[in-house]
Amino acid sequence: MSYVIDRRLNQKHKSTVNRQRFLERYRKHVKKAVEEAVNKRSITDVDKGEKISIPKGDVSEPVFGQGAGGEREQVHPGNKEFAAGDKIDRPPSSGGGKGSKASNTGEGDDEFQFQISHDEFLNVMFDGLELPNLVKQHLAGTDVFKTVRAGFSQEGNPNQINIVRSLRSAHARRIALVGKDRRRIREINAELDAIDEDDDSETVVALRKELKKSQAKVNSVPWLDTFDLKYNLHVKHPVPKSKAVMFCLMDVSGSMNQATKDMAKRFFILLYLFLQRNYDQTDVVFIRHHTSAKEVDEQEFFYSRETGGTIVSSALYMMRDIIEDRYPTDQWNVYGAQASDGDNWNDDSGTCYQVLCESIMPMVQHYSYVEITPRDHQALWGAYEQVREQFPSHFAMQQIVEASDIYPVFRELFSRKEA
Amino acid sequence: MRREPISTSSEWTFDLIREYDHEIAKIAAEYGLDTYPNQIEIISSEQMMDAYASHGMPIGYHHWSYGKHFLSTETNYQRGQMGLAYEIVINSDPCIAYLMEENTMMMQALVIAHASYGHNSFFKGNYLFRSWTDAESIIDYLLFARNYIAQQEERHGVAEVEAILDSCHALMNHGVDRYKRPYPVSVAEEKQRQKEREEILQQQVNDLWRTIPVKEDRRKADIGPSFPKEPEENLLYFLEKNAPLLEPWHRELIRIVRKIAQYFYPQRQTQVMNEGWATFWHYTILNTMYDRGLVDEGFMLEFLQSHANVLTQPSYDSPYYSGINPYTLGFKMMTDIRRICENPDDEDKRWFPDIAGSDWIKTLDFAMRNFKDESFILQFLSPKVIRELKLFAVLDDDHQDKIEISAIHDDAGYQLIREKLSSQYNLGDREPNIQVVKVDRRGDRALYLRHSQHRRRPLADSTEEVLKHLHRLWGFDVHLDSISADGDGSNQETFRIPA
Repeated sequence: MSYVIDRRLNQKHKSTVNRQRFLERYRKHVKKAVEEAVNKRSITDVDKGEKISIPKGDVSEPVFGQGAGGEREQVHPGNKEFAAGDKIDRPPSSGGGKGSKASNTGEGDDEFQFQISHDEFLNVMFDGLELPNLVKQHLAGTDVFKTVRAGFSQEGNPNQINIVRSLRSAHARRIALVGKDRRRIREINAELDAIDEDDDSETVVALRKELKKSQAKVNSVPWLDTFDLKYNLHVKHPVPKSKAVMFCLMDVSGSMNQATKDMAKRFFILLYLFLQRNYDQTDVVFIRHHTSAKEVDEQEFFYSRETGGTIVSSALYMMRDIIEDRYPTDQWNVYGAQASDGDNWNDDSGTCYQVLCESIMPMVQHYSYVEITPRDHQALWGAYEQVREQFPSHFAMQQIVEASDIYPVFRELFSRKEA
Repeated sequence: MRREPISTSSEWTFDLIREYDHEIAKIAAEYGLDTYPNQIEIISSEQMMDAYASHGMPIGYHHWSYGKHFLSTETNYQRGQMGLAYEIVINSDPCIAYLMEENTMMMQALVIAHASYGHNSFFKGNYLFRSWTDAESIIDYLLFARNYIAQQEERHGVAEVEAILDSCHALMNHGVDRYKRPYPVSVAEEKQRQKEREEILQQQVNDLWRTIPVKEDRRKADIGPSFPKEPEENLLYFLEKNAPLLEPWHRELIRIVRKIAQYFYPQRQTQVMNEGWATFWHYTILNTMYDRGLVDEGFMLEFLQSHANVLTQPSYDSPYYSGINPYTLGFKMMTDIRRICENPDDEDKRWFPDIAGSDWIKTLDFAMRNFKDESFILQFLSPKVIRELKLFAVLDDDHQDKIEISAIHDDAGYQLIREKLSSQYNLGDREPNIQVVKVDRRGDRALYLRHSQHRRRPLADSTEEVLKHLHRLWGFDVHLDSISADGDGSNQETFRIPA
């Protein structure tokens, strides 16, 4: 007797819990691999899954076993040239006797390797980071609403009538008002059935009279009353808005070479991925500038070349205008990220300070500035330091010297602050 | 007898599977295969990987090591380094066999014959399975284990439970009874008994470690026999019953791991036989189906190709060589037993006077029921199979400069090869023999273990790590002496945790 069962629709991924436990246990290793990957990756696929390697020794599950040495006798198949009593040299890998030496070739046999998915990769990458001031802005501005159920009410639209509740309540009302009379009617009927039709004795007449009265009472109670009607109640809940716009500001003047721009791009991408995890919708605005600023698309932003001097404030003005124009702050969370090599016209840095403090900082959630330069800081850095003093929780700045600094700097900028 | 083939397309449907199963069951019954009822489950390849990761247990408790297993399976599968097995079969009543949906109709029929009738009858008939596992209650027990462990995780935290399980897993191979029969219990009983055990065990342990002063004369009498009275080879059992510092739920975890180890113990000892038996029967049954016209030539060609793939045995110098293929060895031996019964030659009459010319179905059935790999090879490995596989034995003695070919497939070698191959499948030789010999009850409560070396083989490098796990469970010092039976003492070693 056999049963054939189709289990294909059963739950897959039974091993998910175990897999997570494994990743949790080797978190340290995974984290290290991810950190290396973030720095090594080409920029466009920084968020793909990643192959993780862990030294086999670290993941081994030890059991008692026999080690090399002593007498070891093994039977093998496929004898071609040997005769009993032949003595031959030990093959190089003496452990498993003959033949096992060639069993496995290729990459990393002493490494335990596996893939982690895109999501797992990002989880590890942004583990322990948080967007500053996220909660505060969540509660402010509540233009978007979501209707949710909130029980039942006595009033409402006919299309919201809850039939079950309404009839239940009608039923209860009828029982309460005339339940006794109904029972009496049944009793009287039973009594009258037992008595002769023509019996006209006093009791019978009284019974008939009572029956009539009870019936009238029952009839006077409506089957469904407006009082019974129950309506589904819906209320509007404010939904925290989850739209963010990220401004990428980059200096493209002659002093910024492609390597520097690549580093800036990595930083922007990290920030973008991070925002994407926290918001339903993330817009990106690219503004590049030399002596004048221009809003461009991504391709142009990263790859076109310009020469000329640098006036940072032009980009800041433009950012301010775009925010006022297209991204009203009661609907959008605004993030600014600026990358530059620190060059600026000397008398412009003061203007930058002014624009930032007066118009931009009050509108943005967070503004980060990275200076990609191995050299000493110039006037711009000084100006920004003053901004930081004024807005310590909304403004962050760091210096990046080489590509491997990016991820650590990013972590530092957004690491969870103790409350 | 000839009739239309059941199907000619390689697509399978549930109706076809039922029909094939019906025919296969009929043929199996004709050959006298006695099986548990079958439960055939169709699953997808992801589900197959899940099943792999939990060693084929349909219900497993959660543990990171299964996650590791899963990840490596997944990685290998995705890289294309490894195909998934066509089937997994579970020793339970009813016997559960998993079929992958990607298989062709031929594969499904092969797997049904192989798993649902071959393995199934082996599980039901072989003496090791009969005495060591309880097919009826295993699913219940696994369910109990999973729920119990989940409960403890909630109560004590995942990390703590996993730590104990880690330690138990390290000692899993040394957590089986070899000489007693456990007897089956239902879920309800198991739960009830678990509660009782908890209380009673704790009392007994406490008594063992009683520190209340006793009268002088009683004390003297008490010192007498050492503890344990006899060496104990089931380390997990010993710890469960005697480790002084464990909580009741620790003991229950040890017990669960021990039970599962015990459940798999017969499978580790009957690889060659089990696979050989199942392969032999899928081969025989499908050929019978062909003879009766139930399947067509195309089916048979496809079948023979898969069958040959399974039986590939690379020779020792091939880059693909990774030991003797249990399917090949088992299948060849089973087939050869049938040949010896049906067409014995002079050599067979000399080597197998009892079975030459006897009824092959009865002889095979007898072999299946009463042997394990070790004894099966010792009893039934015929010179013909040795010649076909060109078996030879190599002796690697670390006292000698060169390794020696100790036997090959010739007259002088047959018996030697047989013995050597048999001992290769003897778990007792393959795994180190480690026993608890003494507990220092009056002193520092240290646990003394002894490893008796087999042919001077020392313990592997992992020993210290395993001892740390042992130490975690025992709670006091652990000593392990590795002693060579040959007595020259060259490989003698002593481990001590904490060092």
